[in-house]
Amino acid sequence: MVYVGHFAAAVAACHVTAQVLLRSRWTWHLPRAALVCWQAIGLAFGLSAIGLALSAGLSPYAQGTGTALRRFTGDLVGGQLPADLRLHHLALVAIGLGVAAVLLGSTAHSLLTALRSQRRHRDLLDLVARDDPAAPGALVLDHPTAAAYCLPGMRPRVVVSAGTLNLLGRAELAAVLSHERAHAEERHDLVLLPFTALRRALPWLAWVRAAQDAVALLIEMRADDAARQLHDDAPLAAALRRFADAPPRVAPVGALGLADRHLDARLQRLNDAARPPRLRGATTLGVAGLLLALPICLFLS
Amino acid sequence: MRLGDLERAVMDVLWDRSPSAAGGLTVREVADVLAERELAYTTVMTVLDRLAGKGMVEREREGRAWNYRPAASREAYIAQLMLDALDLAGGAEPEPGRSAALVRFARSMSGPEAEVLRSALTDEAADRRR
Repeated sequence: MVYVGHFAAAVAACHVTAQVLLRSRWTWHLPRAALVCWQAIGLAFGLSAIGLALSAGLSPYAQGTGTALRRFTGDLVGGQLPADLRLHHLALVAIGLGVAAVLLGSTAHSLLTALRSQRRHRDLLDLVARDDPAAPGALVLDHPTAAAYCLPGMRPRVVVSAGTLNLLGRAELAAVLSHERAHAEERHDLVLLPFTALRRALPWLAWVRAAQDAVALLIEMRADDAARQLHDDAPLAAALRRFADAPPRVAPVGALGLADRHLDARLQRLNDAARPPRLRGATTLGVAGLLLALPICLFLS
Repeated sequence: MRLGDLERAVMDVLWDRSPSAAGGLTVREVADVLAERELAYTTVMTVLDRLAGKGMVEREREGRAWNYRPAASREAYIAQLMLDALDLAGGAEPEPGRSAALVRFARSMSGPEAEVLRSALTDEAADRRR
């Protein structure tokens, strides 16, 4: 039962760390470190949730979860299960494997859905988008509404609409294009994917929803930072403000309201010249690393 | 010439010529418009075949030849891309995987604009059924 206790503690620790991370503001100054923390927490949570049910089901073996799982598989193939392994133990093992299947299935589903819509989007772009000397290295869509985005992939494309070309000045546009190129180069779509999958699998878990939201914001902040390395802060802030103010805006629902809050947070951060709180970042990184090491060690035991 | 460029050139022909030719264009007619590119008849046929496979063009048999026409207007495709870009493709609650397909700079879209884009798409769909 000691392994069950450890996995339960790991699940609880993931939950608590996620809560702390959701409330922290140092993450805004060190988005890359925060993103690493979130990846570790997400993975640790998935592994621990699988391990919790598995280790409870395999408790009759009184051995490390990894060893017990190997022996269980051997016994199952040989058709000779230990006498004290009852039906409810088998049910728990099945639940553990089920959780693994749901998490992996959800990840695969999210990935395939994204790949499919990316391919469709790319096919259409190839037919209707045009090059424009005003936006070097980007494709332009002839539409009056402002939009700027990156289509990720092996050969990523940065796209802006004609509305964006009208909305932004030259320096502002350059900052936005750098921002989008950072998304493409650092594969931010893949950074967000596990959380999209986790949210799809566990839509009722509030912190998972909040985590996906937080990671989506951190990705934007990281791309903002990449743009700031090449350009001044001012044009980026101006571009953000123009997107935020592009009138008229009606009280938005769902995703749109979210985007507005994100814009405000990103603007606020650009104006805040505080020194990055490296100590807190490093501490949280350490905690997240330990969190991930715990279920991995338990599975290897 | 890359295949993507060819597809684009063929679509441009269909978009620019189709309204006058009500039934669409045959492979021969498309090849004639693209005469200066000196494309083989079979090349044009292959490209049209691929486009039909992707759902970009529709074809109809007329006598012994196939007639091709665009499945939707250029504007409708741009509207579709914009709906993706502004994360409005799935309505109020887009499918997470689909929404995650793109990484956006910011989502700034007013209600009326969203409605205009959506209705442009629905009109186009209605035209196609007719």
